[in-house]
Formats: sequence, structure tokens, C-alpha cells
Amino acid sequence: MMDIVTGILLLIGSVFAIAAAIGVLRFPDLYTRMHAASKAGTLGSGLMLLAIPIAAFQPDIALRAVAGVVFFLLTAPVSAHLLARAAYISGLVPGHGSGIDDLKGRYDPNTGNLSSHAESPRSSRKKVQN
Amino acid sequence: MTAERFLEICILMSLALLAVSFLMITVRIVIGPTLADRVLALDSLVSIGIGFIAIIAIKTGYPLYVDVAIALGLVGFLATVALARFILRRERPEGSEIAAAGKDRKTGTP
Repeated sequence: MMDIVTGILLLIGSVFAIAAAIGVLRFPDLYTRMHAASKAGTLGSGLMLLAIPIAAFQPDIALRAVAGVVFFLLTAPVSAHLLARAAYISGLVPGHGSGIDDLKGRYDPNTGNLSSHAESPRSSRKKVQN
Repeated sequence: MTAERFLEICILMSLALLAVSFLMITVRIVIGPTLADRVLALDSLVSIGIGFIAIIAIKTGYPLYVDVAIALGLVGFLATVALARFILRRERPEGSEIAAAGKDRKTGTP
């Protein structure tokens, strides 16, 4: 019974991993690729880690595996957000040519802080420049 | 079909799927148009490596491999954070105006 549950968890996890890999390979934009990598990839590796305590059936291994899954679920959004923020500030346009950029003019270029409204004196100065 | 045989088949299929996804992400690392694409692909390569470690832990019956997986996840997270800071420092255009970089912007398409 435990072997069947372990095998099913491994299969589901690897299917999520290959879905993440197809997304990373085929999506057109960095930001859409980030969706696939940070959501499906984390879920796949987390499910495969959760298969270890079911196969081993020891409480210390189970505790460590659950702690590892919680750690991955906490750190994957942080690293994805840091990478997306760095890519946006360094000038990578989102939207893949559709021209939609909701963050335009909201980052303070000197401090890197994000403001909630785009109509700041700095952004109006940018409009004059363009 | 016994349960052990089912587990063996599942382990083999999972290893095959993970190998294919490893190859796909390696292709993205090679062709990735910007540095951020390569960093993202390396991050997902680390998560696939964690999956490999989990499968090997079950296949060999040695569950202490979960510590290796946790350490690899920690190293991958720190590497992604460091490379994100590096991208933030390195690729900022001249004058450091975000919207003024229009002519230098990359579209991200290969």
C-alpha cells in the first residue's frame, strides 16, 4: 500500500517537473517562464520529497522532509520575485511585444522603491524626455 | 502486479521524465537570450536535482538523502538571490532611468 502511494507521488511530481521544463523551454518571455518554473517546479520537487517519508516510514525523516518542503515553498516565491524585479529594473520589457507594462514609471530609478501610483514628478519628467 | 513492481515501474518512469526535463532546461540555459533566463533555468535545474535526489533516496532505501536535498535547495536559493543582485547591479543602463532605456531594451524573444 505504501509502495503504491510512493509511486503515485513520484509520478505526479515528475509530471509537474516536466510541465515546468516544457514551460521554461517554450514560453516566449522571461516573466511567463517564471510562472512555470516557480510554481510547477516547486510543486514537483515538493511532492517528490514528500514521497520519501511515506517510503521510509520514520518520524525523523518525515519531519525533515516536511521541513524541506516548507522551506522550498517559502523560498521559491522570494527568489522568483527578486529575479523578476532585477530583470525589470535592468530593462527587460514584459508583455512579449504586446505593449502592456503596468509597472511603467512606478519604480524610483534611484532607490529602486515601488510606488503605487505612476503619476510622480519623476515619471512626468520621463514623459517629457520621451 | 505486486506493489514492489509498481514502485519500480514508477521510479523508472519518473527518472525518465526528470531526465527529459533536465535536458529541456539545459537547452534553455544554452539558448537563453538574457542572463535572467539562464538564472531562472539554473534555479529550476536545482529543483529537478532535488527530485532526482528524492527518487534515489527511495530507490536505494537510504532516506538520509533528504538532508542532501535540503542543503541543495538552500544553496540554490542563495545562488538565485546572489545572481539576482548581480543582475540588478550589472545591467542597469546609463543614467539609471528605467523608462529612458527604451532603445536598449531587450524583448526577451530568442
